[in-house]
Amino acid sequence: MAWSVLLLLPTTALFVLLSRFSLFHPILWISECLSLLTSASAIFSFILLCGVVLMVGFFNLEYYTVVPSIACSKIALLGQVLHPRQFVHSLVHCIMGVVVAWCCAFTIGGRYRSLGHPCTQDESSGPEMCLNEYHLVLLLVGAFIGYSHSLVGVVYNMNYVSFHTMQQYKYLRFKGALPLVVKASAVQALYCLRTFLLLYFFMGYAPRAWICKTLDLNINSSIHSLDSVSSLLDLSLLYHLWISGTFLLLTWYITVLLFRIFVTEVYSFPVQSTFTEDAHQCLPKVITGTQPMILKFLALQDLALLSQHSPSRRLEVFSLSQPGGHPHIWTALSKECLSLLSDLTERLVAHHDTVATNGRAKSQSTGVCKSCKNTPLTPSIPPVTSVGMEDMKTPRPGALIRTPGSVFLRSSVGAGLRTPLTIPFTPDLDSPFSSPALRRLTGPLEPQGALSPGFSSIQSPHVMRRGPKLWSASTGEGQPRGHTRLVLPMDYFLTHCFVSLQLPEASSQALFADSQVHIWALQGLSHLVAASFSEDQYGIVQTTLPTILSTLLLLQEAVDRHFKLPHTSSKPGHCSCSMGDDSYKTLRFALRSTLKTSVYRITATFGGHLQ
Amino acid sequence: MMCSLALFPPPLSGDGETSQYNESNTDPSVWFEDSPALNLYFPRESLKPHSRQESSSKSAFRDHCETLYTRSAGAWRDAGLSGLLNEIANSSAEVPKWLGVSSSCVLALLRWVSSFHSSLFPHLTLSSEEMTAEFSQVLDWSDCAVRSFAWHPHTQKCAVALSDDSIKIYNPKSATTPTLKHRLQRSVAALQWKPLCASALAVACHNCLLVWHVDPTSLSTRPSSGCAQVLSHPGHSPVTSVAWSPNGPLLVSASPRDTAMLVWDVAVESCVPLHRVGGGGVTYLSWSPDGSRVLAATPSSLFRVWETRMWTCERWPSLKGRCQSGCWSPDGSRLLFSVQGETVIYALTFTDNPGVPLMMSGGPKAATVVADLSETTLNTPDGDIMVGGEIQSLVWDPRGERLAVHVKGDAGAGRPAMIAVFKTQISPAFKLLPCGFVQGEAGTEPRLMQFNPNYQHGAQLTVCWSNGKITHVPFCFMSAGNPQPGLGGSPSLPLTQGRPADYNNQTLYTELIS
Repeated sequence: MAWSVLLLLPTTALFVLLSRFSLFHPILWISECLSLLTSASAIFSFILLCGVVLMVGFFNLEYYTVVPSIACSKIALLGQVLHPRQFVHSLVHCIMGVVVAWCCAFTIGGRYRSLGHPCTQDESSGPEMCLNEYHLVLLLVGAFIGYSHSLVGVVYNMNYVSFHTMQQYKYLRFKGALPLVVKASAVQALYCLRTFLLLYFFMGYAPRAWICKTLDLNINSSIHSLDSVSSLLDLSLLYHLWISGTFLLLTWYITVLLFRIFVTEVYSFPVQSTFTEDAHQCLPKVITGTQPMILKFLALQDLALLSQHSPSRRLEVFSLSQPGGHPHIWTALSKECLSLLSDLTERLVAHHDTVATNGRAKSQSTGVCKSCKNTPLTPSIPPVTSVGMEDMKTPRPGALIRTPGSVFLRSSVGAGLRTPLTIPFTPDLDSPFSSPALRRLTGPLEPQGALSPGFSSIQSPHVMRRGPKLWSASTGEGQPRGHTRLVLPMDYFLTHCFVSLQLPEASSQALFADSQVHIWALQGLSHLVAASFSEDQYGIVQTTLPTILSTLLLLQEAVDRHFKLPHTSSKPGHCSCSMGDDSYKTLRFALRSTLKTSVYRITATFGGHLQ
Repeated sequence: MMCSLALFPPPLSGDGETSQYNESNTDPSVWFEDSPALNLYFPRESLKPHSRQESSSKSAFRDHCETLYTRSAGAWRDAGLSGLLNEIANSSAEVPKWLGVSSSCVLALLRWVSSFHSSLFPHLTLSSEEMTAEFSQVLDWSDCAVRSFAWHPHTQKCAVALSDDSIKIYNPKSATTPTLKHRLQRSVAALQWKPLCASALAVACHNCLLVWHVDPTSLSTRPSSGCAQVLSHPGHSPVTSVAWSPNGPLLVSASPRDTAMLVWDVAVESCVPLHRVGGGGVTYLSWSPDGSRVLAATPSSLFRVWETRMWTCERWPSLKGRCQSGCWSPDGSRLLFSVQGETVIYALTFTDNPGVPLMMSGGPKAATVVADLSETTLNTPDGDIMVGGEIQSLVWDPRGERLAVHVKGDAGAGRPAMIAVFKTQISPAFKLLPCGFVQGEAGTEPRLMQFNPNYQHGAQLTVCWSNGKITHVPFCFMSAGNPQPGLGGSPSLPLTQGRPADYNNQTLYTELIS
């Protein structure tokens, strides 16, 4: 935080230099800038900027997360954007954008200096205050960029803090990321400016009229209003708007960057402490704790690093407790890692089961249809086929989404029409297949709530709160079965609208959203086990080796099955160059390769001894 | 203690005996327990090099008039700013005069700046192919049928990159030999299998890195290009060296044109460039077997040793030339390297236990010369022969008992390129003892060599010869570290008696204790 305030100084100086840039009077330019930088008003606006940066830092601290919340459909995304917490965030950023823009306007001076300027409109009424539209545009740009920063932050998960595979010193990391940040802020400011100009061109009169009304200013009719093509294409205006936007985003991005670097810094926890009052700071204790998440992440990162690089700390892990001779540390660490991994396995198996039973239920339904032909209840086919046609009419992105749709359809039709013709389907609805199928249907839209109980503990609260609300008309997971029967065909179309808005691959991403923990657990375990071959004096690792291996292999099987699902691409896509960190999208690939490497590491170390 | 070639036993005269590895090797089970030997032969005539040039698809289409805008966009896409300027300057008839003049001025300015830059770093004037040939570990890379060779670290499997830009994978246990071809796989400079993985193979190509995932159980002989991950980064071409971290998912890659060394997280296809001032590029990378350090050589007289925990580096400037090759002892404590234009091997010792201190405090202060391979004359029954010269590459066997040195020689002066083998001992004290020479058939010279990491009875050196043959030279010995119980005989001291490798070549490996 202190660093970002300190860095504000050179950034501001640079901004002053660039904003007053004049090619033809270099000496005048420099001297003007110097005098401006030392004036009292500049110091005042600088203090204001510091306040803004501190505020941004506070919001970063308040809103950051180590587990990204992944919206699996556009509706869910909309829900995130409209969430009150997010609304506060947007509003505050909007205001701060205005403040920064005011500082910019003040610094640039000239025609941007103040909101009103004296003008004589009528000879009779004498001098009045008129609206300075340049100033207004600058302020509005600030507000717009502030809002879009907050909005883009939600869409691209800018509050997600990712950890790096490579450890570097903070300074080097900052130095490496700085060019990217400058580029990202310049580009982002350009895009924002484009959108803003379009908006202002069409709707610019509204804020202008409003400001005039509230502040009792007049519009100077002798000057052209700015929402015409010719006046908006004024190069100097565009340059000043763009440079102010870049300045605004740059200061905020630098704050975000510094925050990320500081929060992900490796912290070395003591493995064991001699005093009991420090025991809660030890690695085994911190790793098993759940709150706050960041501590658990840091502890697991430390475990992964110590298992690779630090023989002396490994010895502490392998040591026995002094009275009693129990390997408490190793037991605690391995148990926590294994429970994390088996948790992931369960989650994957549950996800796979929902998909698999889905397919099975579907094939069974067609089987039922075929058998229907032989039964007296042949008329049950027409509703299915008609529904199938509707099915085809509705545009849907992929084959996977077709399955939940049709299953839902079947159950909703079976429940909704309630004709005697649908008797063969009704028992099916109560069969064990239907409930996971329904769950599956709600799965892609709110998978974090539906997938496993373990997962719900780490999801962000607003997603959970939103879930039932969105689905109150149809089948929420915890809702009674009787509710299902109220589903009307009308809802079916709504559902299809929602389903077609589903974002591809999001369910897979959401499934592996916190996989950084599992990656570290895998690395830590496998390195410790490999090191135990030569370093474990008491043979404590050998007792847990079968459990570790079976857990790893089960997870391997589950991950392999997951990657065979049709909707999961087998290769990471390429990341866009922006400030939003999308490394969470590729975590599953990292997990897969780490898992393989870990199994190989253990088997390669122990080799023939495993038999 | 310095070792020089004069202490070596003279190589056998005549040519018949030394070629025994290839032809009279009737009992392959000596080298590969119960699998056919991987003695491969790639005659150069059978490999048709690609006639395809950089943008050769151009010639397949008829010329037609495009608008200036289209051409400029194409030039911008193909060759960046300079291409765009060139295009505008060349089509002066169509553009306004001021634009044509200003773009030629900017172009001239750019050329002047780049000439200044390349006068600092002369290697930048080379073309990509020449650059790969210059900095490759392979002797005479552009002329060589086998461009690169890599043993799998865990199984008896090897990958061979050929001059027709294909890679073949040989596995004595399976009948299929997959051939890997990819549109971007051109002028392969290096290959390496990923450790702790069955299937991933990193390939350093002309302007990208490819990571192939070749399923060992697959029966396909032509894996599709979908099996390859393409890792590219702007400005990072040609890639001349790759190195996998021995215990992790990281891959480092180097290009003589790029001042940054890239550290890739291959699974997620992201990279972190590590920039440092000086050097003008990175040519050769070698990761120490314990994973704690990376050697990065640059085209100028400077090399760096990176510490892989926090990725800080140690600079080693003021060499006579650029660092040509280097290799690490198995425990990562010792680095041997050779310098272009010199005939000696230097050693650096890293005493600290990696990982405990964060800083590289235990690094050495100066490199010591451990061996001198300058020209000497050896007496053989057939007369004197000259050996020695500049060092092309160094490889150390995974147990740290044999060191093979590829000496460039000078054909004009009657000194053939050859491989000198040293016996080494790392603990308790570092020792380097002469062992012998490896020679091929008449008129052939070694181009490339690598130790097989899976050889049970000692060390096995795989050599690719200039006539396209690949042979395996075994060195059977008892290792002091982990004696092989199955080998028979009491485990004696490792350095007192090396077992003769081949019955015909007994004299080649006779001990000569200095």
